[in-house]
Amino acid sequence: MGFLERLFGKKKSAGDAKERLQLVLIHDRTDLTPAELDSLKDDLIATISRHVEVDAQAVQIGMEHDGRSQRLIADIPIKSSPRRRARKTSS
Amino acid sequence: MPAKVITITSGKGGVGKTTAVANLAVALASQGHKVVCIDGDIGLRNLDVILGLENRIVYDIVDVVEGRCRLKQAMIRDKKLPELYLIPAAQTRDKNAVSPSDMSRLIKELRPDYDFVLIDSPAGIERGFRNAIAAADRVVVVTNPEISAVRDADRVIGILEAEEKGPAALILNRLNPTLVKNGDMLSPDDVLDLLAIELIGIVPEDENVIISSNRGAPVAFDQKSRAGQAFRNIARRLNGETVPFMSLDHQGGFWDRIQRLAGRK
Repeated sequence: MGFLERLFGKKKSAGDAKERLQLVLIHDRTDLTPAELDSLKDDLIATISRHVEVDAQAVQIGMEHDGRSQRLIADIPIKSSPRRRARKTSS
Repeated sequence: MPAKVITITSGKGGVGKTTAVANLAVALASQGHKVVCIDGDIGLRNLDVILGLENRIVYDIVDVVEGRCRLKQAMIRDKKLPELYLIPAAQTRDKNAVSPSDMSRLIKELRPDYDFVLIDSPAGIERGFRNAIAAADRVVVVTNPEISAVRDADRVIGILEAEEKGPAALILNRLNPTLVKNGDMLSPDDVLDLLAIELIGIVPEDENVIISSNRGAPVAFDQKSRAGQAFRNIARRLNGETVPFMSLDHQGGFWDRIQRLAGRK
């Protein structure tokens, strides 16, 4: 909470309404619950892990909207390969 | 030219659909167009009382659909505007008494003789809503700057897109400029950012709306009312005219006048 907000009491309610609506509308529009999104994340990690080692703890998955269309955004950090690590230690 | 058929809907109830239909109908008819408005809320009719025509009803839309009368017999002429007609809903039947194809047939009969057909959709997304949008050329979604109304509007806009009835236009009704200024009401920008559709009008909260509904004479007749002005502007936009949006600044308040005098506004 910022200085002004602390001085004048709680945060303005319109901001709360907008933030809450943004989340609710994403789920309404895609028909994806947070639980389903989690299970999608697990599947993604499992699939990608078959090809490359990923940092499962750091995977971020979320929705963004662009006008009335929704976009699934996944941020999947890849662990550096043992080969590259080996080279790094040898140099 | 055949009539433009415009359906007013919202998802959530109580946001001002019927008020919007009555006012747009009055405004369009005052601007010289031939207008028919249809109450699509079978079982819960209200457009008749908002227009002040409740005592003149003999036949209703279900009587027309079921062949008990001709279409013209169910059309009630307004008291003041001779080019404005109402087709009332039935009060003792349910929404299933009319089908989307009944609506399409009825509208087809009206198209050649009028400039605008306005359809008042019931709340919800079921049969009554489907009936109301079946023959629409254009759909206008009414919402309030409140979390539940905006959410339901979004749902309806999504359905209209899926049914290829879009793009819908938005009326933001009952906006309180003081609350918006204080950060305690979603602003028009917030709502447009969330819903991402074209805005066709903002109607400020105005106690004259209640006063005029008590009297059965829509606020669009009242030249001094801000809400009336907003509805008259929307009517012009529906007719394809470009009308600038009116300023939402609160007018006439004491502090406002002081600021104006001091040249700060």
